[in-house]
Amino acid sequence: MALPEIFTGLTTVIKNVFRRKDTVGYPEVRRLPFPRYKGRHILDRHPDGLEKCIGCELCAGVCPADAIRVVGAENTAEERFSPGERYAQIYQINYLRCIFCGLCVEACPTEALLMTTEYELSGSTREDLIYTKEQLIVDAPIIRHWDTKKELPPDINLKGTS
Amino acid sequence: MSKTFDRLVSGIDSDGHGAYVEEHDEESNSMVINMGPVHPSTHGVLRLLLELDGETVLRCEPIIGYLHTGMEKECEDQNWRGAVTIVTRMDYLAQFANEQVYSMAVEELLGIDLPPRAVAIRCMIAELNRLSSHLVWFGTTGLDMGAMSAMFYGFREREMILDFFEMVTGLRMNNGYIIPGGVWVDLPDGWDAALEAILDVMPKRLDEYEALLNENPIFLERTSGVGVLSRDDALALGATGPIARASGVDWDLRRDMPYEGYEGVTFAVPTATSGDVYGRYRVRMAEMRETLELIRHFADNMPEGDFKNMDPKLTPPPRSELNRSMEAVIHHFKLVTQGFTVPEGETYARVESPRGELGCYIVSDGGTSPYRCHVRDPSFVNLQALGPMAQGQLIADLIATIASTDPIMGGVDR
Ligand code: SF4
Ligand code: SF4
Repeated sequence: MALPEIFTGLTTVIKNVFRRKDTVGYPEVRRLPFPRYKGRHILDRHPDGLEKCIGCELCAGVCPADAIRVVGAENTAEERFSPGERYAQIYQINYLRCIFCGLCVEACPTEALLMTTEYELSGSTREDLIYTKEQLIVDAPIIRHWDTKKELPPDINLKGTS
Repeated sequence: MSKTFDRLVSGIDSDGHGAYVEEHDEESNSMVINMGPVHPSTHGVLRLLLELDGETVLRCEPIIGYLHTGMEKECEDQNWRGAVTIVTRMDYLAQFANEQVYSMAVEELLGIDLPPRAVAIRCMIAELNRLSSHLVWFGTTGLDMGAMSAMFYGFREREMILDFFEMVTGLRMNNGYIIPGGVWVDLPDGWDAALEAILDVMPKRLDEYEALLNENPIFLERTSGVGVLSRDDALALGATGPIARASGVDWDLRRDMPYEGYEGVTFAVPTATSGDVYGRYRVRMAEMRETLELIRHFADNMPEGDFKNMDPKLTPPPRSELNRSMEAVIHHFKLVTQGFTVPEGETYARVESPRGELGCYIVSDGGTSPYRCHVRDPSFVNLQALGPMAQGQLIADLIATIASTDPIMGGVDR
């Protein structure tokens, strides 16, 4: 019998049993993504509270998945949303379609549209996953379905080494 | 050889009838059965029509198309830049190789040069991709042969590489990072330390894998002499990559037709002569070590400078310019809404993906989107070799054979 070879294999396995655990107990423990992570979008505001988005529809035009719907409208003297002439009356991103390519962020001329590191996107109906302007705007609360007790910073060394 | 088999295959070819029929052929006393498309060991949705005599495979016919999503056609609806997000999804474990080959083809038609840093980043990340792809192959192969821990180890190490991808490109898979003209963004701060962590730990881990499987009698029993593909068959069927190299075809595009950063770089191309599953295993394991050397080479010689071609007709101006220059605004709007145009013509570019020769044939009619974008995927071609490999062996060995061809159905069906 080839016992020595089997024994070499077993030593490897046993060695690995005593290594530091590589998995994390999600969702109690969450690993934070790297800063560049392309997650859920937000619509930014100017420091004075006006929206940065000018309803130009460039993001909708460039999106390879046709995930964005923008309907622009004119600002009036009484109702002012953004500094310029136009603002986005309707702004929706359909997360069932979005492929998180980031082309929309690249296209936005006013830096209104940004991507966050938020990756927990789930819903129970199709409508749930069409995010409206109210949900995307920067001051909208982020809804978490579970309490996170601990957050781990992104780190390549975290895993596989010991 | 039963007529039932021929009838079923031709039925599928013509009208799709008889797709799920399983029949016993009285005349030749053989059984025609289906393996897959939903089968844990067929690596996706590969379906095999098998003619069996008891447990012996008389014939094996791969039937594909279950993952067909029309991606080549979809490219024609995108502009040249947007099509990157489509090609990256074809062979989803070799996403950077797809992006690279597509970008190379587009750049050739554009007739532009790349800054040296862009070239080095591309080659480095494509080599890392080879490593992560081979790690998936290692894990799934081990799993298919009952070595469960191989799966854990392979995926654990792959996770580090995916983390690196996330750090650099913002996504873990389907990155869309390599674009015509260079790469999407420059490497982030601290990339070298992160890469060092991977390069540091990987050789030790590869030693462990080899200690686990190389001499393991059960693994040897299941792989040596199994799924043999002769050198002539490999050449006749157009097999490339580790499959061809394990059959003694000493052919690697990186060395034999160097592209981008591989010119002037010397590295070994591992080959084997046995042509069996074990030979393919050894070739891929040796390739992982070579890949580590190549990654180190590209990382150590990373030039400074631009990470993409800054021609304003190709690359949108920096955001800070938009408030100052009307010209920048015009370029930005034009590039975003229409994209750049590519001169009329056609070309074929090729790279060595983890699975073999990955080619991209591009036709441009002078417009802002591809007129045709055909991808020669190595999985698709290598799958043809499954018939000769499987013939005459036991059905249990077929599992090992499929695992060793490492097919990615996303690439096969496109
Ligand atoms: S990330 Fe890509 S797919 Fe998603 S909305 Fe933006 S452009 Fe569309
Ligand atoms: S988010 Fe940006 S690109 Fe989209 S409509 Fe608003 S300003 Fe235009």
